[in-house]
Amino acid sequence: MSQIQGWTLLFVGLSFAVYLYIAWRSRVKETKGFYVAGQGIPAVANGAAVAADWMSAASFISMAGLIAFLGSDGSVYLMGWTGGYVLLALLLAPYLRKWGKFTVPEFVGDRYSEYVRLIAAVAAIIVSFTYVVGQMRGGGIVFSRFLNLSIEGGVAVAAVVIFLYAVLGGMKGITWTQVAQYTVMIVAYLIPAWTIAQKMTGFPVPQVTFGQILGELDALSEKFGLSAYTEAFAARPQLDVFLVTMSLMIGTAGLPHVIIRFYTTKSVRGARFSAFWALVFIGLLYTTAPAVGAFTKLNLMSSVDGVAVASLPAWVGNWAATGLVTVSDTASTISTLSNDPESGADLIVNNDILVLATPEIAGLPAPIVGLVAAGGLAAAMSTAAGLLLVISSSVSHDLYFRVVKKKASESQRLLVGRIAMGLAVVVAIYGGINPPAYVAQVVAFAFGLAASTFFPILVLGIFWKRANAVGAASGMIAGLVFTASYMIWTLDVFFTQAHEFVWGISPEGIGAIGALVNVLVTVVVSKLTSPPSEHVQEMVEEIRYPARRVTAPVPDAE
Amino acid sequence: MADIQPQSAPDPGAPPGGNGWREEYWKKNLRLMVVLLSIWFVVSFVCGILLIEQLNTIVVAGFPLGLWFAQQGSIYTFIILILVYTLRMDRLDDEYGVAERDDEGRRL
Repeated sequence: MSQIQGWTLLFVGLSFAVYLYIAWRSRVKETKGFYVAGQGIPAVANGAAVAADWMSAASFISMAGLIAFLGSDGSVYLMGWTGGYVLLALLLAPYLRKWGKFTVPEFVGDRYSEYVRLIAAVAAIIVSFTYVVGQMRGGGIVFSRFLNLSIEGGVAVAAVVIFLYAVLGGMKGITWTQVAQYTVMIVAYLIPAWTIAQKMTGFPVPQVTFGQILGELDALSEKFGLSAYTEAFAARPQLDVFLVTMSLMIGTAGLPHVIIRFYTTKSVRGARFSAFWALVFIGLLYTTAPAVGAFTKLNLMSSVDGVAVASLPAWVGNWAATGLVTVSDTASTISTLSNDPESGADLIVNNDILVLATPEIAGLPAPIVGLVAAGGLAAAMSTAAGLLLVISSSVSHDLYFRVVKKKASESQRLLVGRIAMGLAVVVAIYGGINPPAYVAQVVAFAFGLAASTFFPILVLGIFWKRANAVGAASGMIAGLVFTASYMIWTLDVFFTQAHEFVWGISPEGIGAIGALVNVLVTVVVSKLTSPPSEHVQEMVEEIRYPARRVTAPVPDAE
Repeated sequence: MADIQPQSAPDPGAPPGGNGWREEYWKKNLRLMVVLLSIWFVVSFVCGILLIEQLNTIVVAGFPLGLWFAQQGSIYTFIILILVYTLRMDRLDDEYGVAERDDEGRRL
C-alpha cells in the first residue's frame, strides 16, 4: 500500500466513523424529526448544513477544473450557483418557513390544489434522481483512484454508508452529519489552496493573489493551443453566458433539497439567517475555486511544457490508470493540451481530476492528498443524503399517503419513508454505475427542470394572490415541456440525435427561458380563470408576516 | 405605531386599528427587495457579463476588473446583500411588532 493510500484510508475511515456516530446519536422516531429535524436547528448550523447539502461532488471535484478549462466563461458556475441564494433568501425561504410543513410539493398542494401537488411531487423526484446519480458517480471516482477499487465497487461502498445514516437519522441525523461534512470539506479544500498560494505567490490567501499569475497563465494557455484564461466569451457566446447564469440562479432557488433545509429552522428569522450563513460558507469555497483552477492549470502546464513523454511527472501515470488522463501515442514531447478527448492534443486531462490531483501536481505531501479525498467524499455523500431525503419524503408523504393510504400511523409513515429511501439507493447505485449521459448533462437537466417548474410558481404563489391552480398546473407543464424538448433536441440523451443550438443557446441555459414561459402561462391562464378561494388568499396573506402582531398593551384577542 | 387607515373588515385576530399596517409593512418589504435585487442584477449581470469586456481594460492587482467581478466581487456582494436584508427585516419586524418571540419575549 502506498503512502497516499494509507493516509486516504485513515482520513476517510475517521470521517466516516464520525458521520455514523452522529447519525446514531441523533436517530429519530417520529416523522417531524425525520423530515424537518424537529424544527430546532440553530441558524449557523443550518447554514453549514445547507452549504454541505448544496455543495456536491460537482462543486468540490469538478468546478475548479471546469473553470480552469473554460477560463473567464467558467464564471457562470460561480455567479449562478451563489446568486441563486439571493433569490432564495429574499423571495422564498422566509415565506416557506412561515407556512412550515414537510415538503415543497406540500406547499404547492395547499396553495394551489392536490393535483398540482402531484405534478410537483413527480418533478421533485425526477430532479432529485438525476442529481443523485451524479453524486454516486463522484464518490465512485474518488474510491477508484485512492482505494484501488473499481468504480462500481466505489459507488456501492458510498451508497451503503449514505443509506445507513440517512435511514437511521432522517433529517435530524443528516443535518448534524452535514455540519461535520462541511467542516471536513472546507478544511480539505482550503489547506491545499493556501499551501499552493503560499508556494507560488508568497501569500497564503488565494482569492487575493491569483491575479498575479493571470498574465503568465494567459501566455502559457495560448502556447498550448488554448484560448487566454481571462478572455471573455471564448467558450460561450455572450447571450448564452447570460442565460446559463440566470438558469443556474433560478434552478438553485428552485431545487427542492435546498428549499426544505429552510424548513428546519426555529423561526422565520432563523430561515433568513440560515441563508446568510449558507452563502458565507459556500462563498468560502466558491471564491477559492477560481484561484485553485488558475494555480493548478498553470502548475499543470508548466510541469509538462516541452517535457518528453518518457519523463513526465508521476501524477500523470497515477491518473492515467483511472483513464482520466491520456497521453497521445504519437507524441514525443508535450506541446498541446486539452480537456476534450476528441481534440487529438498530446495530453488530455479530464476536468474532474484537477482538484483531486491538485496536491499531487503541486508536489504537496501525502497526508494532504488523503485529506482531499475525504473532502471529496464528504461533498458527494452530504448532497446524496439530502437528495435521498427529498425522494423519500416525496414518495411517502406526497404520493403514497395522498393517493394510496390516507390514514396511516406515524410508524407506518416512517417505514414507507425508509423503504422509499432504500429503493432510491438501489436505483441510484445502478445509475451511478451506468450513467445515462455525461454527468454534466444530467445535472443540466436537473437545473433546467427545477428552474422551469418550481421557482416561478413558488414565487407567484407567494407574491401574487391571484395565481390559481389551473394557472400553476399549466405553467409548470408548459415550462417543463418547453425546456425538456429543447434539451432533447440539442443533446444526444435518450438515444436522440443532437441538433444545432438555436442562437447559440446551450441546453444549460434554456431553463431561464423555460421559467419565463412558465410565468407567462401561469399569469395568462390565472387571469382567464376564476381567482383562488378566500381561504387560500388569506393563507397567502398570513405567510407574509413572521408572527401575529403584538402591540403594547397586548390585546388578548386569541 | 403604524396603524393608519382602519379597514372596513378588520381581521378578528389582529389588534385594533385594522389592516393598514399590513399593507405598509408589505410595501416596505417589497421596496427593500427591489433595491437589493437591482444591486444583485447590476453586479452580476451588468458588471460580470454585459460590460465585462469594457471593465477588463482596467486591471487592478493583476485582475482584469470584469473578470474580478465575475469570479470574486459578485459573490462578496451577494453575501452582503443577504446580510443587509436580514438585518433590515429584523428592524422592520420589530417596528411592526411581528417578530417571533418566546414566552419571555426573546427572539426565536
